[in-house]
Amino acid sequence: MNHLLSIEQLQRGDIERIVSEAERFAEVSHREIKKVPALRGRMVLNLFYEASTRTRSSFELAAKRLSADVVNFAASGSSVEKGESLKDTVLTLSAHKPDAIVLRTPWAGAAELVSRWCGAAIVNAGDGKHEHPTQALLDVYTLRRRLGEIDGASIWIVGDVAHSRVARSNVLAFQRMGARVTVAGPPTLIPREIERLGCEVRYTLAEMHSADIVYALRMQNERMNDTWVPSLREYAAWYQVNGRRLTPRQILMHPGPVNRGVELSGEVVDSPQAVITAQVEAGVVVRMAVLYELLAGAREERAELRPAVGSAAS
Amino acid sequence: MSALEPLVGGRGEPARLLLRDVRALDPRAGIDARHDVRVRDGAIAELAQPGALEHDGEREELVEGDGRLLLAPAFFDPHVHLRTPGQEHKEDIETGTRAAAAGGFAAVIAMPNTQPPIDSAPLLRSLRDAAAREAHVPVGFLPAITRGLEGQQLTEMAELREQGALGFTDDGRPVISAGMLRKALQYQRLCGGVLSLHEEDPTLSRDGAMHEGAVSAALGIAGIPTVAESTMIARDAMLAGYEDARVHFQHISCAASVDALADAKARGFRVSGEVCPHHLLLTDEHVRGLDTRMKMYPPLAAEADRQALVEGLRAGTIDCVASDHAPHAREEKEVPFEQAPMGTTGLETAFAALHTELVLPGAIGLAMLVERMTAGAALFGLPTASIAPGRPADLVLIDLDAAWVAGEHGWHSRADNCCFAGRRLRGRVLMTLAAGAVAHRLCPDGCDRALAMAGAA
Repeated sequence: MNHLLSIEQLQRGDIERIVSEAERFAEVSHREIKKVPALRGRMVLNLFYEASTRTRSSFELAAKRLSADVVNFAASGSSVEKGESLKDTVLTLSAHKPDAIVLRTPWAGAAELVSRWCGAAIVNAGDGKHEHPTQALLDVYTLRRRLGEIDGASIWIVGDVAHSRVARSNVLAFQRMGARVTVAGPPTLIPREIERLGCEVRYTLAEMHSADIVYALRMQNERMNDTWVPSLREYAAWYQVNGRRLTPRQILMHPGPVNRGVELSGEVVDSPQAVITAQVEAGVVVRMAVLYELLAGAREERAELRPAVGSAAS
Repeated sequence: MSALEPLVGGRGEPARLLLRDVRALDPRAGIDARHDVRVRDGAIAELAQPGALEHDGEREELVEGDGRLLLAPAFFDPHVHLRTPGQEHKEDIETGTRAAAAGGFAAVIAMPNTQPPIDSAPLLRSLRDAAAREAHVPVGFLPAITRGLEGQQLTEMAELREQGALGFTDDGRPVISAGMLRKALQYQRLCGGVLSLHEEDPTLSRDGAMHEGAVSAALGIAGIPTVAESTMIARDAMLAGYEDARVHFQHISCAASVDALADAKARGFRVSGEVCPHHLLLTDEHVRGLDTRMKMYPPLAAEADRQALVEGLRAGTIDCVASDHAPHAREEKEVPFEQAPMGTTGLETAFAALHTELVLPGAIGLAMLVERMTAGAALFGLPTASIAPGRPADLVLIDLDAAWVAGEHGWHSRADNCCFAGRRLRGRVLMTLAAGAVAHRLCPDGCDRALAMAGAA
């Protein structure tokens, strides 16, 4: 694997390999010294064209735990605001010879474009409303830790599917792992022909009790200005995942940050069914696994790392 | 109303040629047979049995057709963007009309969405002067319907007509207000001129960048629903019928729009429509790779839409082919798909692409393709090219068997954003005569750029 551009390009075997690798790195995060030398001397460039705190810092932490050098480049306050094109920015930054570029942009396909323009391994950290593959991988990881396997599980993804890259990556990833996926939300926020991705579509939560896992999406306030739904109040009345709608055996997920009182009620966020904090924890180890797969996997014998991790763990 | 010649430009010496033993095909004249054709002083002088005409030595050029090369009336494109004034880094009159000649077009109609837009008589006059100096084939102009293409106030349509406007369009944008369009339709009674309409309801197309369907759902790109076009065609057909006005619908792209046009024609309204090669041959599946050359308005639609367009063209519901040649600079297109400007070039590939992918598989006949690629002229009140003694030499000579890869030797257009780039095509324009002069000639090795440049000098 040279780049991680989308879940669409991954087979089940790829997902399982990355998730298993992440499980090995999880050991590291419980040690007193959380760092391994796997990527010593490598440079990871975080190039973010959209505001992001958690994804960026999760990648930064992952790279640092692998002993890589990290450079953060935010589009605001930079040459980008002076009108530099994506291509010119990437070519300029490539002069520093980064080994990997973690890229977030508001444009679908931007990560793939950049992968054609420079020699670095590209990690898509969100391209427009298209995909957010590391989020889907950490969600699979979280579910596997909780359930073992997700083959045959029923997963409902609820909310603003139209504007969600998380939804698109997860519809694909959960299905690759053998789950059945239903997307549910207001008809104005469910893209026409989304069922061609293999999922089912519902416009109410009436049948959500049949789900094993409920994955709520963030309802963004700015959607209100475009009148996608009549009001947040009506949205919450019909689509909020709350104690009344969530049954005790169901697992609740959310990509964060949560709007309490909108897509989730406070009591379900704080309930033991919610694995939202576990998702955040999983973010670092899964991103370690991705960086390791891209930077060490192809170029170095894995055996070189194993003793380092193994001996420190023993 | 227009006191001036509607088409300007096209340069070079009147041609003197003997085209010996070519397959002359003129669908309107009912000709499809081997002929000798003599062009003298820029006009078709003689049409005779193959081998009947003697080559007049030094005084005329001899072109051997070997009973194989196709000679047809040259094509007419009612919809191109020459980007002049203001965006000459994308295209100008010289390069755009050179691309037209290379594609077998003997005349084109230029759109007014330039910077500034063509919305006043002085600007139209200066462009006509520039075309007279620089154009390789004659150019007609459609100035704007509304000032600045802003949809608020009519242009001085009567004066523009006196200064040579063929008609009017706000192409690139719709006339959003039905009331504003109605005024233009009424004013047409005074000044004439076809109103050529870009149909798009912006409250439906919003910030869409591609066709709304399974592919846009998978890519997470905002979709443009086909009803953004079809509802506006239905609305404007009703307005045209009510005012008994003459309107032409640009770049029809979906099944519902073909139905709306058929319905308007069945009611006897004075409407016509054009379709682009890319909409006839490509679908939203071609957008999956997010190649920005596949981004245009209207967007490439679903396979069922594509089939309806082919059927509409075959049935005559859609009257003609138009390229909507829309050049953009490379750096403008080398950006993420959602950021890229709309448009594909098309003049240099229109015939070959349609010949390869519609005629050779048998979807439509060659004669019909030639008819639909020449029909635009009459829709705008201009004479249609034909192979008949006494008529001006607007002719195209084509090797139907020649295989080539689109763009492999570059383009005559200043831009390279062609959705057919890299495709293997069959059928190559060898020579184009426009207004009686040789406007294009393919050099023997197929690398025609240098020769055409030399010819232009």
